Amino acid sequence: MRIGVVTFPGSLDDRDAIRAVRLAGAEPVSLWHADTDLQGVDAVVLPGGFSYGDYLRCGAIAAQSRIVKEIVAEAEQGLPVLGICNGFQVLVEAHLLPGGLIRNDHGRFVCRDQALRVERTDTVWTNEFTKNQEITIPLKNGEGGFIADDETLKRIEGEGLVTFRYLGVNPNGSSNDIAGLSNERGNVVGLMPHPEHAVEPGFGPDQPEAMRSGIDGLSFFTSAVSALIAR
Amino acid sequence: MAVIVVDVMPKAELLDPQGKAVAGALRRQGHTTFTAVRVGKRFELTVEGPADAAALDAARAIAEDFLANTVIEDVVSVRAAEDAE
Repeated sequence: MRIGVVTFPGSLDDRDAIRAVRLAGAEPVSLWHADTDLQGVDAVVLPGGFSYGDYLRCGAIAAQSRIVKEIVAEAEQGLPVLGICNGFQVLVEAHLLPGGLIRNDHGRFVCRDQALRVERTDTVWTNEFTKNQEITIPLKNGEGGFIADDETLKRIEGEGLVTFRYLGVNPNGSSNDIAGLSNERGNVVGLMPHPEHAVEPGFGPDQPEAMRSGIDGLSFFTSAVSALIAR
Repeated sequence: MAVIVVDVMPKAELLDPQGKAVAGALRRQGHTTFTAVRVGKRFELTVEGPADAAALDAARAIAEDFLANTVIEDVVSVRAAEDAE
Protein backbone atom coordinates (compact mmCIF):
# COMPACT_ATOMS: atom_id res chain seq x y z
CA MET A 1 0.00 0.00 0.00
CA ARG A 2 1.76 3.16 -1.20
CA ILE A 3 0.31 6.64 -0.75
CA GLY A 4 1.98 9.58 -2.48
CA VAL A 5 2.28 13.02 -0.87
CA VAL A 6 2.99 15.88 -3.26
CA THR A 7 5.44 18.63 -2.32
CA PHE A 8 5.00 21.96 -4.10
CA PRO A 9 7.21 25.00 -3.57
CA GLY A 10 5.56 26.43 -0.45
CA SER A 11 3.99 23.25 0.88
CA LEU A 12 4.09 23.17 4.68
CA ASP A 13 2.30 20.05 5.83
CA ASP A 14 3.74 17.46 3.50
CA ARG A 15 5.93 16.00 6.25
CA ASP A 16 2.97 15.71 8.62
CA ALA A 17 0.94 14.04 5.86
CA ILE A 18 3.78 11.57 5.26
CA ARG A 19 3.84 10.79 8.98
CA ALA A 20 0.06 10.30 9.02
CA VAL A 21 0.27 7.89 6.10
CA ARG A 22 2.95 5.89 7.92
CA LEU A 23 0.97 5.82 11.18
CA ALA A 24 -2.02 4.49 9.23
CA GLY A 25 0.07 1.55 8.09
CA ALA A 26 0.79 2.56 4.51
CA GLU A 27 4.08 3.41 2.85
CA PRO A 28 4.43 7.14 2.10
CA VAL A 29 5.96 8.15 -1.23
CA SER A 30 7.22 11.71 -1.75
CA LEU A 31 6.10 13.18 -5.06
CA TRP A 32 7.55 16.39 -6.51
CA HIS A 33 5.43 19.02 -8.26
CA ALA A 34 7.60 19.10 -11.39
CA ASP A 35 7.53 15.33 -11.93
CA THR A 36 5.05 13.55 -14.12
CA ASP A 37 5.60 10.07 -12.73
CA LEU A 38 3.18 9.09 -9.99
CA GLN A 39 5.48 6.12 -9.22
CA GLY A 40 2.55 3.73 -9.24
CA VAL A 41 1.10 5.00 -5.95
CA ASP A 42 -2.30 3.69 -4.86
CA ALA A 43 -3.53 7.08 -3.62
CA VAL A 44 -2.38 10.70 -3.37
CA VAL A 45 -2.50 13.38 -0.67
CA LEU A 46 -2.25 17.06 -1.66
CA PRO A 47 -1.01 18.69 1.56
CA GLY A 48 -1.57 22.07 3.17
CA GLY A 49 0.62 25.12 2.85
CA PHE A 50 0.98 28.06 0.51
CA SER A 51 1.95 26.52 -2.82
CA TYR A 52 3.65 29.06 -5.07
CA GLY A 53 3.16 31.66 -2.34
CA ASP A 54 -0.59 31.69 -2.99
CA TYR A 55 0.24 33.78 -6.07
CA LEU A 56 -2.65 34.43 -8.49
CA ARG A 57 -5.13 32.55 -6.27
CA CYS A 58 -4.60 29.90 -3.60
CA GLY A 59 -3.89 26.63 -5.42
CA ALA A 60 -4.24 28.12 -8.92
CA ILE A 61 -0.66 27.66 -10.05
CA ALA A 62 -0.28 24.27 -8.36
CA ALA A 63 -3.40 23.15 -10.25
CA GLN A 64 -1.45 23.70 -13.48
CA SER A 65 1.66 21.82 -12.33
CA ARG A 66 2.77 18.73 -14.19
CA ILE A 67 2.11 16.34 -11.33
CA VAL A 68 -1.41 17.70 -10.77
CA LYS A 69 -2.26 17.26 -14.46
CA GLU A 70 -1.33 13.58 -14.01
CA ILE A 71 -3.30 13.33 -10.78
CA VAL A 72 -6.40 14.87 -12.40
CA ALA A 73 -6.25 12.33 -15.24
CA GLU A 74 -5.83 9.43 -12.79
CA ALA A 75 -8.46 10.74 -10.38
CA GLU A 76 -10.98 10.70 -13.20
CA GLN A 77 -10.17 6.97 -13.50
CA GLY A 78 -10.68 6.45 -9.77
CA LEU A 79 -7.33 7.20 -8.11
CA PRO A 80 -8.09 8.20 -4.50
CA VAL A 81 -7.05 11.81 -3.79
CA LEU A 82 -7.27 13.72 -0.51
CA GLY A 83 -6.78 17.50 -0.63
CA ILE A 84 -6.14 19.16 2.72
CA CYS A 85 -6.46 22.96 3.07
CA ASN A 86 -4.22 24.25 0.24
CA GLY A 87 -4.71 20.80 -1.30
CA PHE A 88 -8.49 21.41 -1.24
CA GLN A 89 -7.86 24.77 -2.95
CA VAL A 90 -5.82 22.94 -5.60
CA LEU A 91 -8.68 20.46 -6.15
CA VAL A 92 -11.26 23.21 -6.75
CA GLU A 93 -8.86 25.13 -9.00
CA ALA A 94 -8.28 21.90 -10.95
CA HIS A 95 -12.09 21.45 -11.15
CA LEU A 96 -11.98 18.02 -9.51
CA LEU A 97 -14.34 19.47 -6.92
CA PRO A 98 -16.97 22.20 -7.44
CA GLY A 99 -17.09 25.69 -5.95
CA GLY A 100 -14.33 28.01 -4.85
CA LEU A 101 -12.51 29.16 -1.72
CA ILE A 102 -12.20 32.81 -0.82
CA ARG A 103 -10.72 34.90 1.98
CA ASN A 104 -12.31 34.31 5.39
CA ASP A 105 -15.33 36.60 5.80
CA HIS A 106 -13.86 38.20 8.96
CA GLY A 107 -10.60 38.93 7.16
CA ARG A 108 -8.36 37.20 9.71
CA PHE A 109 -6.34 34.01 9.71
CA VAL A 110 -7.99 31.44 11.93
CA CYS A 111 -6.23 28.66 13.85
CA ARG A 112 -8.27 26.48 16.18
CA ASP A 113 -9.35 22.97 17.02
CA GLN A 114 -12.53 22.65 14.96
CA ALA A 115 -15.51 20.39 15.51
CA LEU A 116 -16.92 18.84 12.34
CA ARG A 117 -19.77 16.54 11.43
CA VAL A 118 -18.90 13.76 8.98
CA GLU A 119 -21.91 13.61 6.66
CA ARG A 120 -20.71 11.28 3.94
CA THR A 121 -19.04 8.01 4.86
CA ASP A 122 -19.06 6.08 1.58
CA THR A 123 -15.87 7.74 0.33
CA VAL A 124 -12.38 6.29 0.18
CA TRP A 125 -11.23 8.72 2.88
CA THR A 126 -14.18 8.59 5.32
CA ASN A 127 -15.41 5.00 5.39
CA GLU A 128 -14.19 4.37 8.93
CA PHE A 129 -16.41 7.12 10.33
CA THR A 130 -20.06 6.62 11.18
CA LYS A 131 -22.58 8.89 9.47
CA ASN A 132 -22.96 12.19 11.36
CA GLN A 133 -20.04 11.35 13.64
CA GLU A 134 -18.64 14.42 15.34
CA ILE A 135 -14.88 14.82 15.17
CA THR A 136 -12.37 17.50 16.13
CA ILE A 137 -9.25 18.30 14.10
CA PRO A 138 -7.15 21.46 13.71
CA LEU A 139 -8.16 24.20 11.28
CA LYS A 140 -5.78 26.93 10.11
CA ASN A 141 -6.47 29.09 7.10
CA GLY A 142 -6.82 32.61 5.80
CA GLU A 143 -8.79 31.75 2.69
CA GLY A 144 -11.12 28.95 3.66
CA GLY A 145 -14.50 30.42 2.85
CA PHE A 146 -16.24 27.88 0.63
CA ILE A 147 -18.62 29.40 -1.90
CA ALA A 148 -20.56 28.26 -4.92
CA ASP A 149 -23.46 29.65 -6.91
CA ASP A 150 -26.98 28.69 -5.82
CA GLU A 151 -27.39 26.08 -8.51
CA THR A 152 -24.10 24.35 -7.61
CA LEU A 153 -24.90 24.50 -3.89
CA LYS A 154 -28.29 22.92 -4.53
CA ARG A 155 -26.66 20.19 -6.59
CA ILE A 156 -23.93 19.30 -4.08
CA GLU A 157 -26.44 19.28 -1.25
CA GLY A 158 -28.92 17.24 -3.29
CA GLU A 159 -26.33 14.69 -4.37
CA GLY A 160 -24.99 14.36 -0.83
CA LEU A 161 -21.49 15.52 -1.74
CA VAL A 162 -21.08 17.61 1.42
CA THR A 163 -18.72 15.41 3.38
CA PHE A 164 -17.83 17.62 6.37
CA ARG A 165 -19.74 20.47 7.96
CA TYR A 166 -18.49 22.90 10.60
CA LEU A 167 -20.10 22.43 14.00
CA GLY A 168 -20.51 25.09 16.67
CA VAL A 169 -19.00 27.99 14.79
CA ASN A 170 -18.55 28.66 11.10
CA PRO A 171 -14.91 29.78 11.22
CA ASN A 172 -14.60 31.41 7.80
CA GLY A 173 -18.03 32.22 6.37
CA SER A 174 -18.36 29.06 4.28
CA SER A 175 -21.73 28.62 2.55
CA ASN A 176 -23.97 26.13 4.37
CA ASP A 177 -21.13 25.57 6.91
CA ILE A 178 -19.38 23.39 4.33
CA ALA A 179 -15.93 22.29 5.51
CA GLY A 180 -15.26 19.59 2.93
CA LEU A 181 -16.63 17.91 -0.18
CA SER A 182 -16.23 14.80 -2.26
CA ASN A 183 -16.82 13.98 -5.91
CA GLU A 184 -19.72 11.73 -6.96
CA ARG A 185 -17.55 8.63 -7.03
CA GLY A 186 -16.13 9.29 -3.57
CA ASN A 187 -12.48 8.86 -4.52
CA VAL A 188 -11.70 12.59 -4.36
CA VAL A 189 -12.18 14.36 -1.03
CA GLY A 190 -11.14 17.88 -0.08
CA LEU A 191 -11.46 19.79 3.18
CA MET A 192 -10.03 22.89 4.83
CA PRO A 193 -9.30 21.39 8.31
CA HIS A 194 -6.20 19.28 8.84
CA PRO A 195 -6.63 15.58 9.66
CA GLU A 196 -2.86 14.99 9.42
CA HIS A 197 -2.36 17.11 12.57
CA ALA A 198 -4.55 14.79 14.66
CA VAL A 199 -3.05 11.34 14.23
CA GLU A 200 -0.91 10.68 17.29
CA PRO A 201 -1.69 10.98 21.02
CA GLY A 202 0.23 13.88 22.54
CA PHE A 203 0.12 16.00 19.41
CA GLY A 204 -3.59 16.34 18.56
CA PRO A 205 -6.46 18.53 19.76
CA ASP A 206 -7.39 18.54 23.45
CA GLN A 207 -10.01 16.00 24.42
CA PRO A 208 -12.08 15.81 27.63
CA GLU A 209 -10.05 12.75 28.69
CA ALA A 210 -6.60 14.23 28.18
CA MET A 211 -4.80 17.18 26.67
CA ARG A 212 -3.73 16.83 23.03
CA SER A 213 -5.02 13.28 22.83
CA GLY A 214 -7.28 13.77 19.80
CA ILE A 215 -6.53 11.44 16.90
CA ASP A 216 -9.73 11.81 14.86
CA GLY A 217 -7.62 12.58 11.79
CA LEU A 218 -6.06 9.13 11.68
CA SER A 219 -9.31 7.58 10.41
CA PHE A 220 -8.98 9.50 7.11
CA PHE A 221 -5.81 7.61 6.36
CA THR A 222 -6.86 4.24 7.75
CA SER A 223 -10.08 4.61 5.71
CA ALA A 224 -7.99 4.86 2.57
CA VAL A 225 -5.91 1.83 3.58
CA SER A 226 -9.10 -0.21 4.18
CA ALA A 227 -10.62 0.93 0.89
CA LEU A 228 -7.47 0.03 -1.02
CA ILE A 229 -7.24 -3.39 0.63
CA ALA A 230 -10.89 -4.06 -0.25
CA ARG A 231 -10.27 -3.35 -3.95
CA MET B 1 5.51 45.11 -28.73
CA ALA B 2 2.14 45.90 -27.25
CA VAL B 3 0.50 45.40 -23.91
CA ILE B 4 -2.92 43.92 -23.23
CA VAL B 5 -4.58 44.77 -19.94
CA VAL B 6 -6.88 42.30 -18.22
CA ASP B 7 -9.00 43.42 -15.27
CA VAL B 8 -10.47 40.85 -12.89
CA MET B 9 -12.85 41.59 -10.02
CA PRO B 10 -14.40 39.41 -7.33
CA LYS B 11 -17.99 38.60 -8.27
CA ALA B 12 -20.34 41.36 -7.15
CA GLU B 13 -22.57 39.01 -5.17
CA LEU B 14 -19.66 37.59 -3.17
CA LEU B 15 -18.10 39.01 -0.07
CA ASP B 16 -14.90 40.91 -0.73
CA PRO B 17 -13.25 40.82 2.70
CA GLN B 18 -10.16 42.58 1.35
CA GLY B 19 -12.22 45.50 0.06
CA LYS B 20 -14.10 45.67 3.35
CA ALA B 21 -10.83 45.83 5.27
CA VAL B 22 -9.57 48.67 3.07
CA ALA B 23 -12.88 50.52 3.48
CA GLY B 24 -12.61 50.10 7.25
CA ALA B 25 -9.08 51.52 7.23
CA LEU B 26 -10.25 54.52 5.19
CA ARG B 27 -13.02 55.16 7.72
CA ARG B 28 -10.50 55.03 10.54
CA GLN B 29 -8.38 57.61 8.71
CA GLY B 30 -11.39 59.91 8.74
CA HIS B 31 -12.28 59.66 5.05
CA THR B 32 -16.00 60.00 4.51
CA THR B 33 -16.07 60.51 0.74
CA PHE B 34 -15.81 56.80 -0.08
CA THR B 35 -18.48 54.48 1.22
CA ALA B 36 -17.22 51.15 -0.14
CA VAL B 37 -14.14 49.58 -1.67
CA ARG B 38 -13.73 46.49 -3.81
CA VAL B 39 -10.31 45.12 -4.65
CA GLY B 40 -9.56 43.37 -7.93
CA LYS B 41 -6.55 42.53 -10.06
CA ARG B 42 -4.98 44.00 -13.17
CA PHE B 43 -2.77 41.89 -15.43
CA GLU B 44 -0.50 43.39 -18.09
CA LEU B 45 0.33 40.93 -20.84
CA THR B 46 3.15 41.86 -23.19
CA VAL B 47 2.76 40.50 -26.72
CA GLU B 48 5.42 40.15 -29.39
CA GLY B 49 3.51 41.90 -32.16
CA PRO B 50 0.51 44.27 -32.13
CA ALA B 51 -2.47 43.87 -29.78
CA ASP B 52 -4.64 42.73 -32.69
CA ALA B 53 -7.86 40.72 -32.64
CA ALA B 54 -6.00 37.41 -32.47
CA ALA B 55 -3.89 38.52 -29.51
CA LEU B 56 -6.96 39.91 -27.74
CA ASP B 57 -8.82 36.63 -28.33
CA ALA B 58 -5.89 34.69 -26.90
CA ALA B 59 -5.80 37.03 -23.89
CA ARG B 60 -9.55 36.60 -23.36
CA ALA B 61 -9.14 32.83 -23.41
CA ILE B 62 -6.41 32.71 -20.75
CA ALA B 63 -8.24 35.35 -18.72
CA GLU B 64 -11.35 33.17 -18.46
CA ASP B 65 -9.39 29.95 -18.07
CA PHE B 66 -6.52 30.84 -15.76
CA LEU B 67 -6.09 34.50 -14.79
CA ALA B 68 -9.57 34.50 -13.26
CA ASN B 69 -11.43 31.70 -11.54
CA THR B 70 -14.89 32.36 -12.90
CA VAL B 71 -16.46 30.56 -9.96
CA ILE B 72 -15.45 33.47 -7.73
CA GLU B 73 -14.32 36.23 -10.10
CA ASP B 74 -15.37 38.02 -13.29
CA VAL B 75 -13.14 39.16 -16.13
CA VAL B 76 -14.40 42.72 -16.47
CA SER B 77 -12.22 43.88 -19.35
CA VAL B 78 -9.59 42.75 -21.83
CA ARG B 79 -8.17 45.60 -23.88
CA ALA B 80 -5.08 46.94 -25.56
CA ALA B 81 -3.25 49.33 -23.26
CA GLU B 82 -3.33 52.99 -24.23
CA ASP B 83 0.13 54.46 -24.60
CA ALA B 84 -0.66 56.76 -21.71
CA GLU B 85 -1.14 53.74 -19.46
